[in-house]
Amino acid sequence: MIDLINVSYDTQIPNNVGLSSDKRVLKALEKWHPGYINWWNDLIPQNFQKSLVYLRTAVSVDPKGWAKFDYVKMPEYRWGVLLAPQVEDRRIPCGEHAGEPAWQEVPGEYRSLMRRLIVIQGDTEPASVEQQRFLGLTAPSLYDLRNLFQVNVEEGRHLWAMVYLLHKYFGADGREEADDLLRRQSGSEEAPRMLGAFNEETPDWLSFFMFTYFTDRDGKMQLEALAQSGFDPLSRTCRFMLTEEAHHMFVGETGVGRTIERTCEAMKAAGIDDPYDIEKIRALGVIDLPTIQKKLNLHYTLSLDLFGQEVSTNAANAFNAGIKGRYMEHRLTDDHKLTNDTYPVWDFVDGKLVRHEVPALTAINMRLRDDYSRDAAGGVGRWNKIIEKSGVQFELKLPHEAFHRQIGVFAGKTFAPDGTLLSGADYDARAADWLPTRADGDFIQSLMKPVTEPGQYASWINPPKVGIDNKPGDFEYVKLYMA
Amino acid sequence: MNKPLKQHLIDPEICIRCYTCEMTCPVGAIVHDDSNVVVDAAKCDFCMDCIPVCPTGSIDEWRVVNTPYSLDEQFSWSDLPAQEDIGASTGLEALDDAMEALLAEAHQGAGGKSRAPASASKPTVNLYTLGKPATARVQGNYRLTSAESGSDVRHIILDFGGQPMPVLEGQSIGIIPPGTDADGKPHLPRLYSVSSPRDGERPNYNNLSLTVKREENGLCSNHVCDLAIGDEVQVTGPFGATFLMPQDPEARLLLVCTGTGSAPFRGFTMRRQRAAMAGADMVMFFGARTPDSLPYFGPLNKVPDRVLKKHLVFSRIPGAPKEYVQDRMMVEQETIAEMLADPRTHIFICGLRGMEQGVELAFRNIAESTGLPWETTRDAMRDDGRYHVETY
Repeated sequence: MIDLINVSYDTQIPNNVGLSSDKRVLKALEKWHPGYINWWNDLIPQNFQKSLVYLRTAVSVDPKGWAKFDYVKMPEYRWGVLLAPQVEDRRIPCGEHAGEPAWQEVPGEYRSLMRRLIVIQGDTEPASVEQQRFLGLTAPSLYDLRNLFQVNVEEGRHLWAMVYLLHKYFGADGREEADDLLRRQSGSEEAPRMLGAFNEETPDWLSFFMFTYFTDRDGKMQLEALAQSGFDPLSRTCRFMLTEEAHHMFVGETGVGRTIERTCEAMKAAGIDDPYDIEKIRALGVIDLPTIQKKLNLHYTLSLDLFGQEVSTNAANAFNAGIKGRYMEHRLTDDHKLTNDTYPVWDFVDGKLVRHEVPALTAINMRLRDDYSRDAAGGVGRWNKIIEKSGVQFELKLPHEAFHRQIGVFAGKTFAPDGTLLSGADYDARAADWLPTRADGDFIQSLMKPVTEPGQYASWINPPKVGIDNKPGDFEYVKLYMA
Repeated sequence: MNKPLKQHLIDPEICIRCYTCEMTCPVGAIVHDDSNVVVDAAKCDFCMDCIPVCPTGSIDEWRVVNTPYSLDEQFSWSDLPAQEDIGASTGLEALDDAMEALLAEAHQGAGGKSRAPASASKPTVNLYTLGKPATARVQGNYRLTSAESGSDVRHIILDFGGQPMPVLEGQSIGIIPPGTDADGKPHLPRLYSVSSPRDGERPNYNNLSLTVKREENGLCSNHVCDLAIGDEVQVTGPFGATFLMPQDPEARLLLVCTGTGSAPFRGFTMRRQRAAMAGADMVMFFGARTPDSLPYFGPLNKVPDRVLKKHLVFSRIPGAPKEYVQDRMMVEQETIAEMLADPRTHIFICGLRGMEQGVELAFRNIAESTGLPWETTRDAMRDDGRYHVETY
């Protein structure tokens, strides 16, 4: 019998899906494997590839077994195919097939829709590793370096998860799509990644933390929605990915939080009360809070664009077909079909922003985006608590959803962060107050000096309150390879 | 009045509200509102499924309470309340009462509430329970004492395969003897100190070792001593949250043991050797009847003195006067007096209950000969996490 809980190492690819008895898929994956390893090897600077990194690896999908910590060289990380355990008699949770047994194979009529969803999700995973490839060179501590690499190897594993589905369920088309996932490159002219936000470089660590907080949170919401899929293998894959995704949320939230905490402490120690006394604060070697607000504005709004059009027939089709649910679909108490329901979406009427009701089925994206914004607001509140505790008078805010948008009903118009519509000229005059400027970027860049002594942290960030795996403060999270 | 209760809590200052624990909890004990993620004390059955999945470390928090904090109280917190002093033991050595009672009894020789060394790593307790034990496979079973010695002490190596078993030096695990008791219930686990360091008997192989003496008519010790390679054993734990090794390399360790009481000290020594702690200072007084009944006699002699100064003491050498650990301690009283006066010194005593009295008397004599009142010194060291007793 195939063991579906513990990870099997009897093939080159660790898995809990019985790969060794599925010769066709095993062969396809083994053929894809060298390309993946090449991609990884070309990506991350060589001295990091040879370093020993204290990573967690899943050894089973049982709650007790999926976080085993050990020193690993990243190219030897056991990327594999891991699905959450199958739930007995699982039913399609939403849409016109709601209540029917979940599909174990792809229904022919939804084949291309489903493949597209998987490819889009799969494309973001390697893209973020590409965006972050040079960050290791300026890590503020070995702890942060380790967290970066943990995020990177898990994004790599998420690519594996999607590639497995493509190989297993989508035949020749799937294989081609899997190859293309390695062919596209973040920021490339000829073959860019599919979504805009994934073609921007992640230039510094504050951007990385903001990216993991805001943009990976979009990934989390998409995974939450796909975890509700009626296509059971996709649901199980995404459920397991979510447990890993939580670590990425953690890196983002605590990274920004530790940056804020350091800034507030440095201000207090220097007797600076005015958070807008930017020159003086920057001279302390920390990042001023207004600049952090600007970074927040940028990353939040870029991430909102990832949810697509507020009203979308594609999203309606995916929901109705039962291949993508809503956030926490299993906890919602409606009929899961939305045939007569409505949902309020933003629109722009006579120069004013209004929310009006549209058929809920077409507003699936808007709803997920609202869930996202609520989720994202929580962490901002906790950052504000750090500021409040320090006694500094400042409050971080999520900007209005209309601000700085390229996709959806707000695109092409210029709004202030409070949602006021501005003329292009007025907007341009204020833009430098709301979004990071080149000078802001240069200043942040000037602080990005690597710190490689165990237990030591760069000037602009505080140590974490709790170590990874309960390790003490001076633990050597990465044993750097010294050529 | 109700019996004090161990309550599982989540640190709201560290938690990032990813709700992974809530999704993982098999009994729906974890819930959240707009501010906090909290654990319902009425539902939590300590299965520990939520502990490894937490990305932050905020989940592994426990308080001993007379009345559990309600959900509403927990929702209102912005940080975790400190442990209230409720008079009872709040060491959280184990989460189930039977194991807690066993450890409390083992530690009572310290003369008061034990505390972990300030620099000890944070221990994991109760990951596996009687209801949900881990299954280990026997990798080795070696006799440590000679056939003639009349004492059968075994070095047992257990492999945990894919199951995490995060033990620290000084912690114990429970072994469940097979079969049932007179009432048809499964036997309660017996506690054994782990004798390997935290990274395993062999580093990174997820195994550990025990040092077990065969007791006449001992239900569990005979079961363990008779295990063959490949046999499966049901294991609970880890247990113990105070008898732990300080991580500070400057800490000086004074170790006193008899027989299998040496088990945790083997772990301490190997930990310090593997971590290559510079400046480490350890002195050991180890008593047995004869060299061939002293566990690890051979390997112990190979540990260099700069790592561990050894005083191996024998009470049954033909033709030689009987010598007990307390006798040798008196001989070495200058060393001990100097260590007692050093705030970096941690004392650990482990072995048969019968050794306690003599050892404590030796400490009293040595302390008082230098003008230190013993009880005060001991109590201060204990409250500082520097005086530890584990006897059985």
